[in-house]
Amino acid sequence: MTDDRDVLRDVWFGRIPTCFVLSQDEITEREAEPYYLLLPRVSYLMLVTDKAKKHFQKVMRQEDVGEMWFEYEGVPLKWHYPIGLLFDLHASNTALPWNIIVHFKNFPETELLHCLTKDAVEAHFMSCIKEADALKHKGQVINEMQKKDHKHLWMGLQNDKFDQFWAINRKLMEYPTEEGGFRYVPFRIYQPLSDRPFIQKLFRPISSEGQPHNLGDLLKEMFPVALTSEDAEKQYQVVIHGIEPMLETPLQWLSEHLSYPDNFLHISILSVPRD
Amino acid sequence: MPSSLLWAVDVHGKVYTLSTASQYWELCRDASLEFKRLAAVKQCCWGIASDQQIYIYVHLNEVPIRYQEETFENQRWNPMDGFCDHLLPSDRWQWSDITGLKHQPLKEFKLASQHWEWESNWYVDENIGGEPTDKGGWTYAIDFPATYTKSKRWNSCVRRRRWIRYRRYKSCNTWAKIPSQNTGPLPDPFHDIAVGGWEITDEPLGHLSVWAVTVLGKVFYRENINDQNPEGSSWTEIQTVGEVVQIACGPCDLVCAVLWEGQLIMRKGLNRENPKGNSWQIIEPQNSGNGFVQVSVGVNVLWAVTRDRKMWFRRGVCSENPIGTGWICMNIEMMMVNVGLNDQVWGIGSEDRSIYFRQGVTPTEYSGKAWKVIVANRDQDRSSCASSATSLVSAGYFFGDEVRWPFQPSTSDVDFSLEMEGIAEGTENILETIERDGCPHNKDVASSCPESKCDAVTSVFENISFNDETSEKSPQPIFESTSAQSWLAGGRQALQDDAKLDDAHSGLSPVNLDLAETSSASAAAIYPFGIEEHYVTDEQSLWAWVSGGGCDIEAHTQLSWFNVQSGQTFSIQSFSSYPQQTVWRKQIVQQLIERSKREVDDFKHYEQAVEQSVWIKKGTMQWWRDGKPHKWTDVKVALEQFTGNDGKRDGIFFIYYTYNDEKKLAVLSLACFDSRGIHGPPSHQAIWSVTCKGDIFVSEPSPSLEATSHPMPSDQLYWRQIGGHLRMIECNNQGIVWGIGYDHTTWVYTGGHGGGFFQGLTGSTDNIYTQSDVMCVYIYENQRWNPLTGYSSRGLPTDRYMWSDASGLQECTKAHTKPPSQWTWVSDWYIDFNAPGGTDRNGWQFAADFPASYHGYKTMKDFVRRRRWARKCKTVTTGPWFEVAPIGLRDLSLIPSMSQSAGDQVALWAISTKGDVLCRMGVTKQNAMGVSWLHIGTDQPFVSVSIGTYYQVWAIAKDGSAFYRGSVSPQNSTGDCWYHIPSPSKQKLIQVSVGRTSVCAVDENGNLWFRQGISPSYPQGSVWKHVSTNVRKVSVGPLDQVWIVADKVQGSHSLSCGTVCHRLGVQPQEPIGSCWDYGIGGGWDYVTVRANSMDSSHSRVQSTPVQEPVKLPPTQNGTAGAKSIKSLVVEQHEPDGRAVKC
Repeated sequence: MTDDRDVLRDVWFGRIPTCFVLSQDEITEREAEPYYLLLPRVSYLMLVTDKAKKHFQKVMRQEDVGEMWFEYEGVPLKWHYPIGLLFDLHASNTALPWNIIVHFKNFPETELLHCLTKDAVEAHFMSCIKEADALKHKGQVINEMQKKDHKHLWMGLQNDKFDQFWAINRKLMEYPTEEGGFRYVPFRIYQPLSDRPFIQKLFRPISSEGQPHNLGDLLKEMFPVALTSEDAEKQYQVVIHGIEPMLETPLQWLSEHLSYPDNFLHISILSVPRD
Repeated sequence: MPSSLLWAVDVHGKVYTLSTASQYWELCRDASLEFKRLAAVKQCCWGIASDQQIYIYVHLNEVPIRYQEETFENQRWNPMDGFCDHLLPSDRWQWSDITGLKHQPLKEFKLASQHWEWESNWYVDENIGGEPTDKGGWTYAIDFPATYTKSKRWNSCVRRRRWIRYRRYKSCNTWAKIPSQNTGPLPDPFHDIAVGGWEITDEPLGHLSVWAVTVLGKVFYRENINDQNPEGSSWTEIQTVGEVVQIACGPCDLVCAVLWEGQLIMRKGLNRENPKGNSWQIIEPQNSGNGFVQVSVGVNVLWAVTRDRKMWFRRGVCSENPIGTGWICMNIEMMMVNVGLNDQVWGIGSEDRSIYFRQGVTPTEYSGKAWKVIVANRDQDRSSCASSATSLVSAGYFFGDEVRWPFQPSTSDVDFSLEMEGIAEGTENILETIERDGCPHNKDVASSCPESKCDAVTSVFENISFNDETSEKSPQPIFESTSAQSWLAGGRQALQDDAKLDDAHSGLSPVNLDLAETSSASAAAIYPFGIEEHYVTDEQSLWAWVSGGGCDIEAHTQLSWFNVQSGQTFSIQSFSSYPQQTVWRKQIVQQLIERSKREVDDFKHYEQAVEQSVWIKKGTMQWWRDGKPHKWTDVKVALEQFTGNDGKRDGIFFIYYTYNDEKKLAVLSLACFDSRGIHGPPSHQAIWSVTCKGDIFVSEPSPSLEATSHPMPSDQLYWRQIGGHLRMIECNNQGIVWGIGYDHTTWVYTGGHGGGFFQGLTGSTDNIYTQSDVMCVYIYENQRWNPLTGYSSRGLPTDRYMWSDASGLQECTKAHTKPPSQWTWVSDWYIDFNAPGGTDRNGWQFAADFPASYHGYKTMKDFVRRRRWARKCKTVTTGPWFEVAPIGLRDLSLIPSMSQSAGDQVALWAISTKGDVLCRMGVTKQNAMGVSWLHIGTDQPFVSVSIGTYYQVWAIAKDGSAFYRGSVSPQNSTGDCWYHIPSPSKQKLIQVSVGRTSVCAVDENGNLWFRQGISPSYPQGSVWKHVSTNVRKVSVGPLDQVWIVADKVQGSHSLSCGTVCHRLGVQPQEPIGSCWDYGIGGGWDYVTVRANSMDSSHSRVQSTPVQEPVKLPPTQNGTAGAKSIKSLVVEQHEPDGRAVKC
């Protein structure tokens, strides 16, 4: 049972101060001022950038406005990743605010999915939740929910309503007491600039001997390089929601408390910055 | 609820305990002995070991068990020598007991047993009735026996003084042997034992009834067991109506035994005066051919096992009708049954030898719902396993009647050599399998069906798991073990029909008279039986006896006994139950806070990507206007709530009302509904209080509260509730807060907020835990005397109800009195013998008329009597409180510390429920719970303690006098000795509070006293000065500010009780202050201002962890803010005028 609401709350209300700058390539009628927003870490870019979009469209001619996309230091930002993940992956350890360049043309077809309406985000979000529940409860919990419960999850995320979201999401975090955890922990491990988008495998929260797995156990199996040996200098940071949980943290607890609203643990593995 | 222990013995005689908080059986620390019977209670466990001796295992407690020995030295005056040892021939001995009838010189005092040690040498008690005597401790009288006074007069011809010496029980956490007393011609060792009776009487403290049965069927009762004397003193034989095989004793007045013939006998006439009872009454089994072999009783239940292993529940058993009404047969076969605390039931399955727990046993359904097997693993602590050879001996020894099973087939068609080989290789698993399989087949099998025997044996062989590790060392003939039963030789068993014996002992008795029959087989059975590694993994525990008398489980207790984590020492529950305590979680919370600082705090001016809406709820209500027109007025209210940028809720509470026909909007803000403000933890300066209902409130003081001029009136404090239920609360200015519940459980504040009534409303469950409390509801039975019938429940027409509350105004019958809401009954009504004023032996208190002052004895003038009935009820709530087990407290005090360094030790003194003075070690800002208690010796029980800013420790003893503890300092946290300070004349003090320099005390008549003449060189002060009457509690803060809870405050309403008042005009030159400021009125029970060191003279606001105190907005129209300061406590009346208790 997820009962640690303080942690959930802190995770949910994580914000990233962001400065949106219109790309130099865009043709404007007058100079576009940067636009500043506090973006919810757990949300998606397309859900929270209406204001920025409006702001820039004001200085542009209608015919120059194509599909909006975002770029950070040359990397197109995948709108279907949660904002917090994008930030951790590409921009952690940099100065704030986060400078995102806004484009309205030259859509990078090979790197980004199209997203014409918010329905695309909803479809993606719900499919993630379903996939996560398939791992956790063979999909039983999400399938037993009513349509309106699904809507609550989505509306909760879209409107940044913590209580609305968690009233339903709570059920997705339950598990039979005698089993001590989910069937498998839904997680994805990301690395910046990697060829593979992410690592995702089946991993149980409890070992076959009945011992709870912790974050270190997961990494040992999925990404052993990330673990620093005793005497070596730390090479990698393991970041979730902008923090580095201890490797001793039980995976089941992490899954219940530090998953994104799509019910996945999005873990970024970053090289330790060298001065 | 603190964890408690279930005790059990396995078939090897090893004693294990299973904590309610654990999943693992732990081998008893003192594992050198094997046991066959156990009878546990919370504080100790009695057992019969394989050497037939009785042992007691007393749990080590931080408060030692001490026993005070006393003797009196008597002297007579003569003109030649003055006072001297030469007494008249008719006088008492020079050294005697208090009556003078018994000669007891110092050197004749011997330690009661080897388990005691002397704490100090003999010394003279210089305290008589709360007053210090002159040096030497002599008290004088005209003659023996007489009234002694402390002053010597011209006619004082004799004198005496009291010598005391303490002895201390030293054999805790180990099996201490109770010396056997064998008087008869034949050895007659004990063979069953039962412990209970702790609820029959509370005098002396810790009374236990221990009953034991000998092999010859006699019943004995152990005398004088109490807290000071855990071993008791001697055995008294109790006459029975037959030969007893087993006995059971419940917490209250149920004692039941099993006769050889299979009937049960119930002890009658047990009560406070006579815990032994006076006669027996027989309960017949359902079917006379199927007698009982074992029984166990609780408060309201009786369970028994018959010869055919069937389990029976007796219907309708209670204190009034211990015989019950009828039998219910349970459809399960058990070897034995045991009833523990709260009438919970355990049993051992007759086939699998597993321990079963009866689920769903509640006061409404004592028979429970279902049996569930306990599958906790044993800890794999091999090192503590004693040599296996001895345990095997005991295995064979205890189950001698079952060991025979493998050998019997040798007379039938099983190849004996094969059997031998199998046994040789099969390790002791054989034994266990045999026991498992052999157990259900008792007499019938033995006599009638060889087939089933064969089946049993074949299945034995199938079940043998061959263990390669088994070495063949230390061969030992098995019947060496049975030969250990030599004591049987002279026993009575030989006279008994062996079948009956077999049944009666249900596989537990060492009795085996089939030895002769099977001797041919056994003679051949010489094979290696010494197995070093018999604790092979995956070995299922086979149990022989279980005792739940110390295991505090209720119907809804969550237990982790039923799901095994295979072979693991790490318990998954250990993190899921209290993850708040773990390092990794703290680190995550810390990082999230840092993240928020890094990413959000500097950018709060940024626009939110997602806007939040505003939520408004409107309503109407009525509101009492205290000013004109003094009536209920209709008001409209609106609560506006909106979520701020940080997800924190904010809100404003509006009240719209009409005043002087002019419609105005007044933001009165009874509540400034800043969600975080309300739900954030209180600051370190907070004033804590408890209402008479046990609700906890906290208020943030402002610097002007203690200002010398124009202090903020204390009725403007804003009190908000914190979850939980407490009787008293104490804190200091480092944010350390401790509380004591009605049931004396001690709680430490976890730094959380919310819980209780906030359930689910607020976001925070951080540091919120389950809290429970138990209290009594009292009703009174009133009777009036008339010449015809004596006292009867027929009163005068003008009299109060014959069943009423304390005031007599409300009718309160047993049937219709309900527990407060959120509370449930946990006991039945019982007579309260501890009612203030004392009672007679039936609980009655007498008076000339209602209402009057009552006394506990009848005089000629008493025409009415009453007695108090109590019923316990319990609440389970949540709050930011963590239990400090296991010692219950009566009072405590934390030092208002000047040091702000987090690692410094914080002095915490406390008084236990038994009156012991305790000092908590290891309390720091970080670890508010501390580590352990240290006991401070006193010569009498204490009731109150307080420690001032400069380590001045004052305490109040039970006799009403005060004590000052000398030389307490940060370096010497316990001080060196007590200085006796007489109480104010003819008054018994009950509570004390020490601030920076001020010392205030309250006596039992509600007078508040201030100690004058205290100086650094003379910290004890000189004299008590009377300050005020009708005071219930006093709290002196670190600024020497004085706050009280007062009764009979004359407010604008009627006389109210339990009002928090604040002493005004307290200044260094004027420490007594001038008058009282009326604070919150009515229904408050406790207040502590010992955290508020916020001096107004330097009016900087001390940094608080959350934010500034909740502000009270400016009031308009003079309604709330303009209440003038009134001096409302009636001052300087009769110092001993009794306060009306509410």
